Amino acid sequence: MPLTVQKIENGTVIDHIASGAGSQVLQVLSSHYPLSKMGALIMNAPSKKFGRKDIVKIEGVFLEEKVANRISLIAPDATMNIIKGGKVADKHQVKLPASIVGVAKCPNPKCITNLERAQTAFSQVKEGNLRCRHCERLFKPSELA
Amino acid sequence: MRDLISIRDLEKKEIESFLSESSRMEQLVLRQQSLLSGKLIASMFFEASTRTNMSFQTAAKRLGAKMLTFHTGTSSAAKGESLADTIRMMDGYSDAIILRHPYEGAARVAADLAGHPVINAGDGGNQHPTQTLIDLYTIKKLKKKISDLNVTLLGDLKHARSMRSLLYGLSMFGAQVTLVSPRALAMDNDILAEVKEKFGAQPVQKQDVSLRGCDVLYVCRIQKERFSDPYEAEKMQKDFRVDLEMLQGADESMAILHPLPKVDEIPPEVDADPRAKYFEQAKNGVPVRMAVLNKCING
Repeated sequence: MPLTVQKIENGTVIDHIASGAGSQVLQVLSSHYPLSKMGALIMNAPSKKFGRKDIVKIEGVFLEEKVANRISLIAPDATMNIIKGGKVADKHQVKLPASIVGVAKCPNPKCITNLERAQTAFSQVKEGNLRCRHCERLFKPSELA
Repeated sequence: MRDLISIRDLEKKEIESFLSESSRMEQLVLRQQSLLSGKLIASMFFEASTRTNMSFQTAAKRLGAKMLTFHTGTSSAAKGESLADTIRMMDGYSDAIILRHPYEGAARVAADLAGHPVINAGDGGNQHPTQTLIDLYTIKKLKKKISDLNVTLLGDLKHARSMRSLLYGLSMFGAQVTLVSPRALAMDNDILAEVKEKFGAQPVQKQDVSLRGCDVLYVCRIQKERFSDPYEAEKMQKDFRVDLEMLQGADESMAILHPLPKVDEIPPEVDADPRAKYFEQAKNGVPVRMAVLNKCING
């Protein structure tokens, strides 16, 4: 029997999250928005594109750029659906930005950003890898998630 | 007025400009200059250094500047003062800051905070741009060119920051680079991919040393402290030791360079070989750092 999840009226549906990554997306959302918002995490839903996918729905929340950037690190193939009045007002694929500032922690323990108060910054280089502006090391987006 | 933080920040024409300014400075080095007369330069070394520290001090004094020397042991850094606060304060006292610090990216943070130029004199395992300029200057001075030279980088290519930056600089100038190291100490793939993509370089990786046709042999130390098994480190050092026997197969015109300090990767008897140019390379630190100070402070 297919699972039925209530529609949202105004908010965001994040679709095409790689199976298993939905809980991380939810964790990011809950660190930025109050947990009192109604939300749903659908795990392992059938997907033509990926076979299986996760979906996150959250009522009353429209993602700020900073949050969308964090989500792009976890779910680079996700689709963002903006729902207004129960209808899809905008739909776009999550895009890894050219630079990510003050969002992710540098995985290099010797990087100054982990040892002194300094804002992290990464810029996208070849094949979607990101270079730390400070220690200049290269990381995969998933390492920064 | 500008900062010098990373070799990645420099375009080829900017490096060429530093090299030609270094050549001009070499002509002036023994005469007292007043290009930086009245300037006060802060020298902040949070880590041990002989050549970098001394050659920066010499360069500043040759240009007529005065030095403010910061001692970590007797400063408030010993009480836990942050680097950011220390930099803000020193920026208020001086016209430029030379910074060596163990944290990777420290110089970038300092440059973001300081209104005066910041020159990176080494930030942990990350960058040491003036060393790369000295290496390129020495090669160009000895060989009259950099492009199409056969340059072999030998030793611990994984951990030596000078080797990564030098590969970047040599690739930018079109040298043919051969990388020789034990497999476990090979150059990181990230930097190999970067020089291939940016400069179309095709560095060759090897585990055995063959010096025939090599124009420049650049040696660095096997960092024994990084091995859990001292015997294994000793064995690698022996296999990659540049001694007179290994040099028998090399051309008479080949130049041997080393960022120094050298320990036992080059035995003392090689110092007398006319191909050994590493002390000349260290001496070039003065005109190159004069050029860096003058260009960063005076523009």
